[in-house]
Amino acid sequence: MRRGWLNDHDKVARLLAVGAALALCAMTPAFAADPIKIGHVAALSGASAQSGEAITRGLSLAIDEINAKGGLLGGRMLELVQRDDESTPPKGLVAARELLADNVAAIFAGIDTPVSMAIVPLLNKEKRIYMGVWAAGTAITRNGANPNYAFRVSAVDALVDVKLLKFAHQKFGSTKAGLALINNPWGQSNEKGLTAASEADSSIKIAAVEKYENNDVDMVPQLTRLKDAGADAIILVANAAPAAQVMKSRERMGWTAPVVSHWGISGGRFPELAGPTAGEAVFVQTYSFFGKQGPVGERVLVALEKKYPQIKGPQDIFAPVGTANAYDAMHLLALGIAQAGSTDPDAIRTALEDLKTPYEGLIKTYKQPFTLDNHDALGPDDYIMVHYEGDKIVPVN
Amino acid sequence: MHLVGSAIISGLGLGSMYGLLALGFHLTHAVSRTVNFAQGSSMMLGAVLCFTFWVTLGWPLPAAVILALAACALWGAIVERVAVRPFVARGSNSWLIATVALGIVLDNVVQFAFGKDPRGMPPGLLTSGAITIAGVRVQYLQALIPVVGLTLAGGLQVFFAASRHGKALLAVVQNKDAARLMGIRVERVIEVAFAFSGLLAGIAGVLVAPLFTISSTMGTLFGIKAFAVAILGGIESASGVVLAGLIYGVAEALITALLGSTYTQIVTFALVILALALRPNGLFGRAALRKV
Repeated sequence: MRRGWLNDHDKVARLLAVGAALALCAMTPAFAADPIKIGHVAALSGASAQSGEAITRGLSLAIDEINAKGGLLGGRMLELVQRDDESTPPKGLVAARELLADNVAAIFAGIDTPVSMAIVPLLNKEKRIYMGVWAAGTAITRNGANPNYAFRVSAVDALVDVKLLKFAHQKFGSTKAGLALINNPWGQSNEKGLTAASEADSSIKIAAVEKYENNDVDMVPQLTRLKDAGADAIILVANAAPAAQVMKSRERMGWTAPVVSHWGISGGRFPELAGPTAGEAVFVQTYSFFGKQGPVGERVLVALEKKYPQIKGPQDIFAPVGTANAYDAMHLLALGIAQAGSTDPDAIRTALEDLKTPYEGLIKTYKQPFTLDNHDALGPDDYIMVHYEGDKIVPVN
Repeated sequence: MHLVGSAIISGLGLGSMYGLLALGFHLTHAVSRTVNFAQGSSMMLGAVLCFTFWVTLGWPLPAAVILALAACALWGAIVERVAVRPFVARGSNSWLIATVALGIVLDNVVQFAFGKDPRGMPPGLLTSGAITIAGVRVQYLQALIPVVGLTLAGGLQVFFAASRHGKALLAVVQNKDAARLMGIRVERVIEVAFAFSGLLAGIAGVLVAPLFTISSTMGTLFGIKAFAVAILGGIESASGVVLAGLIYGVAEALITALLGSTYTQIVTFALVILALALRPNGLFGRAALRKV
């Protein structure tokens, strides 16, 4: 006789028993000792793997500190659950769904704006906290959703653009900026932001806008157009490889106009790719472990060196913004959960929008970092300008 | 004027790269009426191997260049054996897609072995030194690239037109059986042509590496543009394809300089279509005589 699995009464009975047990577990309220799961979806492999690792370090350090103080909500420990999005939106969505099924209290995201743009609508629909710690796309937090569960402790394109123009004027006396933008949605978003910023700031105007592709070899024609339009500074928006081609072309034509860049050049091997002029590009960051550190900075540096023996000093901390943003964001989320008194996403969202306790963090002291209308904890005054010295990222005076 | 001058210099450099790759198309087409569509991948192989031998393994530069070029020639021969010969032998045109597929395999193997991270050649005399011509700064390497391209094209033209071996190669495509009867080893000749085509792509790769970032995907767009150049030049003529490369490169740079980069690809490819509509056999090609 042919025996299909449906005919196997024993098997069915066992399956039913397991199902019932699982359902019972799901209905049981959380015990005080149950961990609070914190999700993290980011690029943990591929070209941007370093960014994911940097965020992991920041999150782990903050979680260690919170757990060492007895956890949250009467002794519940925090537990980090990670998924790799491989920098692709579909994989990020699958990962976020898995974490939602795992009942995480919040999901931290990674470097890629397109992945975050895919995840945020899902989390707003499923009512779960999104915490951005790198991707800077303006629309990630300013997404029109109400209620909006997306928060961010990182740079925001629209605000970075204000900072870039202001810095080019104040530091280099630029009055006519030439925009050299990558030809993709990120470049477009910054073109809008930079245009709006120049309209609001009478001291600096945009001389011309030029675009290039990821694989363009020679950008001399584009740069010559900027130069001929009277640009006295170059505003650069691109990731490391195409931005390096801009620097090489600028060197080739012997142009010495200052270069003020978005932070795309801090991922990848910009100093190697751009060659001798790499250090001439000044770019935006949210934090630097170089220079004099505050008490939190010193504490975090010691903790990083202890937890990751390969770190012997600031020079060994790659992608420092990932670590710094994630560290502060995790502590802010913890304060939100504590104030909410539960892991109910609505309660956490309301608490984050009106945090009562100031928090002395790595980047700054946060006093009511988020409001109902503003889900971005950092603004232009929190950004610092840096440049490469060899392979190190050091602040510009 | 400065704008136009610097665009012409940029265009000549890039145009020579397209021309070198297109010469590879010309060469194999001349002896076998087949081409390696993945010439861009062969070019990438030259750049990646030169970087690996010189920078990663620390070998002397001349040895790194020679070995990288030898590997590219070997790769060209492998393409012919694996992706062209078996299909041509059965009268099939599937070598078209087989060469593309083999190129994709190579790109992915290199990505696996070399990594996804683009790398950069260390600066050297060829990129740091420069001369100024009519107010336009020209790096030594930018001046060298067209010289190499034109010399190789001239050499090939002379080889086919004047030497006994060159004529033997061309005889193969006219009539394989007759060539065989004359004692010409047809398969060997075609294999050598593919190896030489790989070598030309390798030279382009090694020359462009210091100007560009080195990665497994660097050859894709180059390969497509080079094929457009080969067709534009009338694939039958060595000097024609190199000239077409220079024209294409300069047109591309001039359009960017005069109209802005938004229009570069739109106008350049529209011009290619227009040129081919007016001269279906290419700018420097002749209508093929079909003997019956």
